[in-house]
Amino acid sequence: MSALLVEVRDLWKTFGEGEAETQVLKGLDLSLGVGEMSALLGPSGSGKSTLLTILGTLMQPTSGRYTMLGEDLMRASEQDLTAFRNRHIGFVFQFHNLLPDFTALENVIFPTAVREGRETPAARARGRALLVRMGLENRIDFPSTNLSGGQKQRVAVARALMNSPELVLADEPTGNLDRASADQVMALIDEINREEGTTFLISTHDDKIAGRCRRQILVGDGQVTG
Amino acid sequence: MLYAFKIAARYLTASKAQTSLLIFGVAVGVFIFIFMSALIGGLAEFILSRTAGDLSHVTIEAEAIEPPLLLEETSGVVLLAREKDTSRQARLTNTDAFLPVIGQLPGVTAVSQQITGGGVLRRGAQTMQVSVIGVEPENVSAIINLKRYLVEGTVALGSGKILVGKKLAEELGFRLGQTLRLQADTGIDQSLVVSGIYETGSGGPDRRQAFVSLTTARTLFAMPQGISRIEIKLTNLYDADGTAARIEAATGLPAKSWTEDAAQLLDALKAQAQTGLMLKSFALVTIIIGVASALLLSTYRRRPEIGIMRAMGAPRGFVVLVFVMQGALIGLFGGLLGAGSGYAVLLAFPSREEFQPGNLPIDIAQGAYGVAILLTVISATLASILPARAASRVDPVTAIGQ
Repeated sequence: MSALLVEVRDLWKTFGEGEAETQVLKGLDLSLGVGEMSALLGPSGSGKSTLLTILGTLMQPTSGRYTMLGEDLMRASEQDLTAFRNRHIGFVFQFHNLLPDFTALENVIFPTAVREGRETPAARARGRALLVRMGLENRIDFPSTNLSGGQKQRVAVARALMNSPELVLADEPTGNLDRASADQVMALIDEINREEGTTFLISTHDDKIAGRCRRQILVGDGQVTG
Repeated sequence: MLYAFKIAARYLTASKAQTSLLIFGVAVGVFIFIFMSALIGGLAEFILSRTAGDLSHVTIEAEAIEPPLLLEETSGVVLLAREKDTSRQARLTNTDAFLPVIGQLPGVTAVSQQITGGGVLRRGAQTMQVSVIGVEPENVSAIINLKRYLVEGTVALGSGKILVGKKLAEELGFRLGQTLRLQADTGIDQSLVVSGIYETGSGGPDRRQAFVSLTTARTLFAMPQGISRIEIKLTNLYDADGTAARIEAATGLPAKSWTEDAAQLLDALKAQAQTGLMLKSFALVTIIIGVASALLLSTYRRRPEIGIMRAMGAPRGFVVLVFVMQGALIGLFGGLLGAGSGYAVLLAFPSREEFQPGNLPIDIAQGAYGVAILLTVISATLASILPARAASRVDPVTAIGQ
């Protein structure tokens, strides 16, 4: 058993009030070890996206306990959560969500530049190395809007890895790609997980993608069911 | 800070048409601001130069001498009327010691000793009552710029010479070089040659005043010693009250500021300045509304990107900085463009010195260019705070989901 990275206990998330109240997470428990590559599976509305959002510190749960790297993130301020997210968590979204007015390299180094207040030579060097690793050495200074869908998603993966986060949360990262591009992206994620020990939690409906993960976490009705 | 500046600049350059329009709108506001400053300032300068410009800004005048009462003190009530004696000249004595002191006070540009009195100009059978001003020849243009108003002859005042207004010359029907007789109200009579004719455009000086040398005036008004008054010109006529007080403190002489008799003019100038201020404020408000609304739209359009930035760990303060810097940059470039185009347009207008009646009295030097740019940057920055705060409050989850 690898060292514990994320621990979630009795996590509840309720949206709305009164008659409009909807409980999306109902006492969910989850642990993620360092270096795990897990698939998050479940039908639509089961709470996968809400769980990813809470794990990514973009949303606060209604109640429960959430610790990562030993830090109690339920008690952290909004400012501390932003800094924590920047340093320790990477995101890959279904739609690449790149900044359209920026080049591939500028998108990749954004998380470091925003933390350091400028684009340092070291950040640029790491950003270039990541793009080369993603097979995008010929697209480094391309405007992000001029890239194909697969290329954009690989830039998004590089961006998620820029600050060497311990956890990368991927929400349907290949959902918008053709099979070849999807395989390429997943191969890169798999490689990084194996070589750098980065923990990946990938929400997907795709059994083939889930099959490439070493652990499958099934979510149903707001709880981990398997 | 640097990185926020880069993103702000990138956002502005990414939407070139929108940014250009916005900067142009701001520039129009700044142009109006500058044009109004030059117009209102120029108008004020023009009015002042045509009124107080030819006045003494501070005057030291001897207090009138009342004739002595011949009645002795009585125990009862005595009613009597005392007629003002115009023939007795009030005079300032021993002023020579004070003149250098006054001349060295800050803002004083000219000090003119004068002997004044009444007299009758006579040419043939025609006579005209005039006010005679005796001035030092070297200071003839120190208070009223007679040199500028001269239409014939010279302003050089030697012994036996007289300078008269054009209307007076027309009414008495004399020309340059002709001899007149001037009888002062002391009864002393002297022949004088017309050495110059001036036209100030103002009825009083042109029809009822005549200038002679101080020496001539001493003879005419039987004043071998002393003077009637000292007139003082200042760099800034608005400093007259303070300078008058300083003169009184330094010399003990009764100094009077021009503003004491010009309350209506000052009120008019104040009202005019307030009108200008209001118009300039409207221009600034237009800039604020324009920048705020454009940046609010930009905030709305860039919600998903703001959401991405927040998800990547950009603090709220960083987002605020990006939008505030956009406002500041728009203000700076709009201000520079507006000030530059304002200056270029104002160059086409005649300068204050070349101003002719019928033109707009615009003073290019009063365009307040630096103030306009500074106020525009501040206004645009302030205008961006609301959109910036709105941007920083964007919920990354809903924004990314859009």
